[in-house]
Amino acid sequence: MRTSGRTRKAAVIAVAGLATCATLITGCSSSDNNGSKGGKSSSSEQITLHIGDFNEFGYNDKTGAKLFSEYEALHPNIKIVEDNVTDGQQYWDSLKLHLQQNSGLDDIQAIEVGYIAEAIQPALASKFLDFKTVKGFSADDWVSYKEKQATTASGQVIGVGTDIGPTAICYRSDFFKQAGLPTDPDQVAALWNGDWSKFVQVGEQFKAKAPSGVAFTDSAGGLFNAVLSSQPTQYSDQDGKLVYDSSPGVKTAWDLSAQAVKEGLTAKLQQFDSNNTWSAAFKTGKFATVACPSWMVGLVQTNSGPANKGKWDIAQPPQAGNWGGSFLAVTKASKHPAEAAALAQWLTGAAQEVKIFQKFGNIPSNKGGLSDPAVQNTTNDYFGAPGKPAPTGKIFATTAQSIQPAPIGPDDGTVKDIITKNGLLDMEQRGTSADKAWSNVKAQVKDKIGE
Amino acid sequence: MTPTCRAARTLSRTPPNPYGKDALVATSVRATSDGSPPSSRPAPSTSRRGDPGAPGGWRTRLYRFDTKASPYAYIAPFFLVFAAFGLFPLIYTGWLSLHNVQLGESGSGSWVGFDNYTNLWDNQFFWKALRNTFTLGVISTVPQLLMALGLAHLLNFKLRGRGFFRVAILAPYATSIAAAALVFVQLFNPDYGMINQLLGHFGVDGIRWDSSKWPAQIAISSIVTWRWTGYNALIYLAAMQAVPADLYEAAALDGASRWRQFISVTIPSIRPTIFFTIIVSTIGATQLFGEPLIYGGGVGPTGGTDHQYQTLSLYMYDKGWQVGQLGQASAVAWVMLLILLLIGAVQLLFVRSNRRKLGG
Repeated sequence: MRTSGRTRKAAVIAVAGLATCATLITGCSSSDNNGSKGGKSSSSEQITLHIGDFNEFGYNDKTGAKLFSEYEALHPNIKIVEDNVTDGQQYWDSLKLHLQQNSGLDDIQAIEVGYIAEAIQPALASKFLDFKTVKGFSADDWVSYKEKQATTASGQVIGVGTDIGPTAICYRSDFFKQAGLPTDPDQVAALWNGDWSKFVQVGEQFKAKAPSGVAFTDSAGGLFNAVLSSQPTQYSDQDGKLVYDSSPGVKTAWDLSAQAVKEGLTAKLQQFDSNNTWSAAFKTGKFATVACPSWMVGLVQTNSGPANKGKWDIAQPPQAGNWGGSFLAVTKASKHPAEAAALAQWLTGAAQEVKIFQKFGNIPSNKGGLSDPAVQNTTNDYFGAPGKPAPTGKIFATTAQSIQPAPIGPDDGTVKDIITKNGLLDMEQRGTSADKAWSNVKAQVKDKIGE
Repeated sequence: MTPTCRAARTLSRTPPNPYGKDALVATSVRATSDGSPPSSRPAPSTSRRGDPGAPGGWRTRLYRFDTKASPYAYIAPFFLVFAAFGLFPLIYTGWLSLHNVQLGESGSGSWVGFDNYTNLWDNQFFWKALRNTFTLGVISTVPQLLMALGLAHLLNFKLRGRGFFRVAILAPYATSIAAAALVFVQLFNPDYGMINQLLGHFGVDGIRWDSSKWPAQIAISSIVTWRWTGYNALIYLAAMQAVPADLYEAAALDGASRWRQFISVTIPSIRPTIFFTIIVSTIGATQLFGEPLIYGGGVGPTGGTDHQYQTLSLYMYDKGWQVGQLGQASAVAWVMLLILLLIGAVQLLFVRSNRRKLGG
């Protein structure tokens, strides 16, 4: 009697347990579906669009240009939810897994230019909507190279361009003055106009009379990226095949950076290091120049602090290059691809990109936005002499017009990391010779990519 | 019997394994509580031989089923969880290590046999990581355990505020790796860190804690040592408190100094505990990951610009998640497991021979 009682009790518990499990499982999956339920939707049906992005795209209501609520006001049946991940690398790593599993995907996913070449490989590209099939899409709306980067070998366009990163040079006019160099942006730009090797020569002049403890530029890695971004050949060839060890662009950038290290022109810092040594060095004035993509301007400002206002200025770079920028892609997993594509197109339209620029300084990749007077006439009074704020809009828009597109490949990011972190930084910090550092780079690329 | 004589006897027959006694106790307890089912086993078997249609038949069968199956049901949760999170990953990793699998690529990858392993054999970065893991392991484990022994010995004395000190030495263990590592990164910063400033007063200038090989490894091992010394000290302390006080009394009467007591009474008495901590610390050192990763900052996954402090775990992480070569990363994982088993076997042999020596 006692035993059977116990058995019954156990059975009850087991059933209860199973029921709980079942509720949990169904609970999970039903809530999963809620996000984008409805299948084919008519224009009047209430739908929710999820947009996944990283860092700060400047769309939201809190800190951004309030574009989401503007769009929701225009389309009362659409609600937009942003899934933001702070770290770009982390965002991409998990997005790759989501794409592979075909689950957990948002309607719209942002892709950084550093990963776009990986995203246009067949395995991943097949998960994205082809914008060429979308009504009203024209690749010519964006600067020429932007949409090319998001086009697969078979001609599919997987994303629309948000911002770009035309690169100028930020410099400390007070240090330049002490070193006997001109301080006016035009005269400074004339010092190195047309050739990055002149930039290094200016560095040598600077070093000869430099204030003590001030290096010419922040890091060999930053210099390398800036030089390479202006080169017509970079890490990969037209087919996306890795050719970094025979690429003239990489050789130019490496040789100039290695020369700068050897001559002691760099402050031996690592950009964006998590120990904040680099960002702290802005405030303490450890270097006189830093390669400045448009998105770097805000960083120079916040890292240097209000005390250094008016000491920085911006000049045209030796050669125009692009460093950074992003795309918006629509996933095939989306339940509302047409609505999602329409939203992505609207967000990357000229008027919207201008609004983001005004709020955040991201340079529009949309041609209409780039030539908009609101962008062209923008100045930044943190930079430049008193009463003569730096014409940032004009500098970056001009640079953006003359950028030459370079072919990109899926392994670019890995090689870039190895060259800047394990090659150049090793030379800077441990005094490794350029030849040894290069053979280290080759060994590590071989280890990681197998080529 | 004089105390000395008793102590001598106890000393000479130091139990080969003090756990042996505990284990015996545990077994006997289980035996008594489990005693009833075996004794009732004959009952169902007789009823089976009898009329199966009898009203008591299904109940007996149920009872039989209950006594036979229930224990399995009770232990099932552990084994299910172990199978899902222990056994399956182990086997799946083994399978992956024999294939060429890319992270983020659909499909199952292609069979490459033992290529991933032979590639490791020829790979300078693997050997570097192995060497680093070994040196980091030694310079973090050895001082850590010695300091823990000393600390435990001190805490074993009757001193004021003993409770406070015991909690205090465990505080580093309760700190997260990330928080500890970040503080140490600031301390060891070559430009403005406190350590270099202090060393500057003694005329030692500009040690590159971030990029020179040995300084960086010492800095990382100091994080490990700082975090785990207190933990090990508490384990030693627990073992020391189980050492009978009369042993010390006897040793004192024999004229042994405090140091002599520590060497001849404390250490032999807690030897099994010492072996335990050595094994646990070795496992921890082999899997060293968070400290070098965070210490390295931007060059964390490669363990410094020149792999100066890249451990095997970091190398595996770099291969698997940064590069996306899951097959090669899995091969590293299996090699790590084999190395641990090898070290474990060596330690076991050592313990056995030690025991035999003591027994003989």
